[in-house]
Amino acid sequence: MIFGRTERGKAPVEPVTLKILVAGGFGVGKTTLVGAVSEIKPLRTEELLTEAGRPVDDTSGVEGKHTTTVAMDFGRITLREDLVLYIFGTPGQDRFWFLWDELATGALGAVVLADTRRLEDCFAAVDYFERRSIPFVVGVNCFEGASRYPVEAVRQALDLDSAVPVVLCDARGRESVKQVLIEVVKHAMTYAAGRRHTLTT
Amino acid sequence: MSGDGQGTPHWFDDEAGPVVRPYAMTRGRTTSPGQHRLDLIAVVVTTEYAEDPEADHSLSPEHVDIVELCRDAPQSVAELAAELDLPIGVVRVLIGDLVEDELVNVTRPVPPAELPDESILRDVISGLRAL
Repeated sequence: MIFGRTERGKAPVEPVTLKILVAGGFGVGKTTLVGAVSEIKPLRTEELLTEAGRPVDDTSGVEGKHTTTVAMDFGRITLREDLVLYIFGTPGQDRFWFLWDELATGALGAVVLADTRRLEDCFAAVDYFERRSIPFVVGVNCFEGASRYPVEAVRQALDLDSAVPVVLCDARGRESVKQVLIEVVKHAMTYAAGRRHTLTT
Repeated sequence: MSGDGQGTPHWFDDEAGPVVRPYAMTRGRTTSPGQHRLDLIAVVVTTEYAEDPEADHSLSPEHVDIVELCRDAPQSVAELAAELDLPIGVVRVLIGDLVEDELVNVTRPVPPAELPDESILRDVISGLRAL
């Protein structure tokens, strides 16, 4: 904690902040999902790539381009005066993986949004969260015109651990997205309990 | 410039980049000393010294903006960046300056790799249900 001074009387309410990530392929509805539950219009923050200075960004052919902006959309849900949940959409492009690390740090859990017409688009995200042991649920965004598959078929196609919840959802629907988020938190709780258990036994 | 005779004002749109280079606001600094990397959801709260930031001439207009936004209500780093339309990296440095000047405090969110209390998670679930 960085407290410059000892607190005096009337401290403003400092909310506990939590974050949930929304990942998935390009155009799968991440920003839509954020917008469906956020109390604010999804905000956009940007990171300049030069700052990170990582060799990740291949600028061959565009050497004249020194900065790339990566946008992250996020929304906010104030659950209580002292409890605020932020929902971050991860940058869609694979080459911005390093930003995921920053986003994933301290995250409660994640939603991997999937489109059954392009299921392979979310492989990378599933892989990412599995490797880093971040609890996640797969939300199958039921696009109009896309054939519906049973949850089990999706689970098999993604080769998911049986503990990972798969839910059908509509990224535009507030109720639906709420359910997905509740699922994430529940899963995070079970996950944490499971981990504590393995640590103590 | 353009020789196409269309008279379209090239270079006056976003493609030309910002008028002031973002890190000019931090005088070229990309990190602030003694400051760990602030989390996107770390909350910035003003201190009692932040009554009149404009009177402090060592502060840039962006510093003042941050103090004023946080004085209204505590703000997360991500919100400040979005609100001020500045890259996260720049905002981090500016917040670092303000912490140094004791104008703001930063609360760290739940430490990484450690889930919050189960009771908090229960509160989150019931909060979401009640939305």
